[in-house]
Amino acid sequence: MTSSSLEDLSITTDVLIVGGGMAGAWAATSAAQAGAKVVLADKGYCGTSGVTATAGPGHWWVPPNPPEARDIAVANRVAAGLGLGEAEWMYRIIDQTWRTLPTLARHYAFGIDEAGRVNYRAVRGPEYMRALRHHVLSLGVTILDHSPVLELLARSDGSIGGARGLRRREGGRLFQVNAGAVILAAGGTSFLSHLLGSGTNTGDGYLMAAEAGAEMSGMEFTAVYTIAPAHSTMTRSMAYSFATYYGADGHELDLPKMGPDLTVSLARALQRGPVYCSLNRMPDDIKARLHTISPNVPLVFDRWGIDPYRDRFEVTLHNDGTIRGVGGVRVHDADCATSVSGLFVAGDNASREKVAGAVTGGGNVNSAWALSSGVLAGRAAARLARGTQRDGTHLRPLGRAGLRPRRQPKAVDAAAARSGVRAEMHPFEKTLFRTEAGLKASSLVLEDLWAELADHAHTGTLAVRETAALLATARWSVATATTRRESRGIHRREDFPLQDSGFAVRLLSGGLDQAWVRIDETSTNARPGQFEAAS
Amino acid sequence: MIELIVADRCTDCGACVEVCPANVLDQGDAGLPVLVRVEDCQTCFMCELYCRADAIYVAPDCDRRVAVSPEEVVASGCLGQYRKHSGWDEWADRFPNEQWLMDVVFRRATAAASEEAKSGPHAGAEENQLPK
Ligand SMILES: Cc1cc2nc3c(=O)[nH]c(=O)nc-3n(C[C@H](O)[C@H](O)[C@H](O)COP(=O)(O)OP(=O)(O)OC[C@H]3O[C@@H](n4cnc5c(N)ncnc54)[C@H](O)[C@@H]3O)c2cc1C
Ligand code: SF4
Ligand code: SF4
Repeated sequence: MTSSSLEDLSITTDVLIVGGGMAGAWAATSAAQAGAKVVLADKGYCGTSGVTATAGPGHWWVPPNPPEARDIAVANRVAAGLGLGEAEWMYRIIDQTWRTLPTLARHYAFGIDEAGRVNYRAVRGPEYMRALRHHVLSLGVTILDHSPVLELLARSDGSIGGARGLRRREGGRLFQVNAGAVILAAGGTSFLSHLLGSGTNTGDGYLMAAEAGAEMSGMEFTAVYTIAPAHSTMTRSMAYSFATYYGADGHELDLPKMGPDLTVSLARALQRGPVYCSLNRMPDDIKARLHTISPNVPLVFDRWGIDPYRDRFEVTLHNDGTIRGVGGVRVHDADCATSVSGLFVAGDNASREKVAGAVTGGGNVNSAWALSSGVLAGRAAARLARGTQRDGTHLRPLGRAGLRPRRQPKAVDAAAARSGVRAEMHPFEKTLFRTEAGLKASSLVLEDLWAELADHAHTGTLAVRETAALLATARWSVATATTRRESRGIHRREDFPLQDSGFAVRLLSGGLDQAWVRIDETSTNARPGQFEAAS
Repeated sequence: MIELIVADRCTDCGACVEVCPANVLDQGDAGLPVLVRVEDCQTCFMCELYCRADAIYVAPDCDRRVAVSPEEVVASGCLGQYRKHSGWDEWADRFPNEQWLMDVVFRRATAAASEEAKSGPHAGAEENQLPK
């Protein structure tokens, strides 16, 4: 572990929340409102870190009247989820979002539409997270900023009783929180693509959950990409609804205007060469207000001296990984508990399969999920913590790769390993257009990198633990994608282009020394005979 | 990536050091924040938003460094633009948060796309559906 001359910081609390994006912040509010003493630790700063803060999360917003509106919304979503979603969960998050979001009105000025109605659905990220920070603090929650959590701590019965991390603005001083219950809300991961706001999200919450014995679900669904001006992070897609695309020779490309079909067509075009874009079809009245709708979108063009409505600028696609993909830690019950006692999960850290199914929940379901899973986990963790012992002396640290090597400690090139993860998880031919051979090749590379790191890395620095988390997540994703020998939703296999009804099941994954994949027997239509054991 | 802090604008309030999610800056001995880990910058512009002195310039380029001088960025008018257009602090009355218009924009975009699908060059493109 990192040594430090400063004395370690030790805190005892009811509920510890790891990660302060929207899921962690909503979890903190609900746990505090349920009477719990709450500590929230974020790697960066709760308010600016994570993908919520830089985006403009539009929530799944369906008021209870007219009554059929929710039935229609859920029926559409069940159909879109291609057999992997659950209507009951969808109703639950629609209702939870509708009840909870307006409670932020003291801290967030919700918009008023043309008809004078309050618009709760669409909020702007920086203001939303600033409001959530104020809300959380007003409820007496202790926030530890710049305090990445590195590993969970278990009691003798295996239940989770706290976590350990470092205070990176205090010279790497260690801190330990002894808690009655822990909620993981450390976000998803884009595998370090340049997706806006995703830099601190390296899958740490997945790794820590797996080390505690929890399983993942839906890790094959990572093939989501978002358009951005080349060399920028600005993966905000609204303006591209009005785009025209051109090849390097100046000819217009006939691409769909939005959605997953745009991604596929654009990726194929980018495989052939550079693609240029103009937002020339945007109506003048929208142009005039773009800077007050999404102020970070035009600033990129302004700084580069580009007129995006006349000029042609080069575009790229950044991978969303599990952020606007689907996978994460499997939610065990309606309290967002994991299969490990004392451990809960929320937001992108949790698998969204039950509400999004096999497609992205971008644009609405994702934030409704982050809010609702946060609220549910916070409430249940507070309840559990009330009856739990909080004695920090008998806690066992669970961190492995990067902290406690399997073999002889020695220096490991973590930066090279991170490049390796990027090289296997971002290229279109490896993630968007998958093949058996490609997945096998990725698996070999990732297994080697993992073995090296798990065998030898010992420094316990943040960078090494992040690298371990990225590698573990990538391994589960590749293993699950290999097992799903069909195409379904955002998982596309070039060698199995059709959907196979036998695969209308959710796939669980996990394992550290050995990655494994198996069917989630609770998902419908399971026909186990169709699966081979994962390699 | 964050490229510079304009020294004579900075009031040394420390906000950027505190809010940067990627821990790029340190408080320098001479007061001014120092860009110590620029390679970790995630180009999120959050430091700019929280800098009331409009002293920070983040270049939109996330995968390459660009050379800029304080004189250039001051002259460019970009300093403080994000905070202003976001309607923060003294700009609250003049630049309202219109994020809620997103719904309307997407409705318009869908309508335009289906209109074109019927008649325009992309006829038959039934992909023109919002993923709702
Ligand atoms: C550009 C963009 C636009 C989007 N637009 C929409 C939309 O319109 N509608 C919609 O529904 N969804 C949208 N999404 C998805 C939605 O934003 C996310 O699903 C949601 O914000 C996730 O919230 P979260 O709290 O789980 O994660 P985050 O907001 O990413 O928060 C995770 C936090 O965990 C912290 N963390 C990570 N590791 C550790 C650690 N080891 N220790 C402590 N803390 C840690 C991070 O610093 C971060 O603050 C969008 C996503 C993007 C990228
Ligand atoms: S936020 Fe602005 S004024 Fe404050 S220290 Fe940083 S650069 Fe200086
Ligand atoms: S742009 Fe974001 S990551 Fe970079 S220095 Fe500013 S706040 Fe930090």
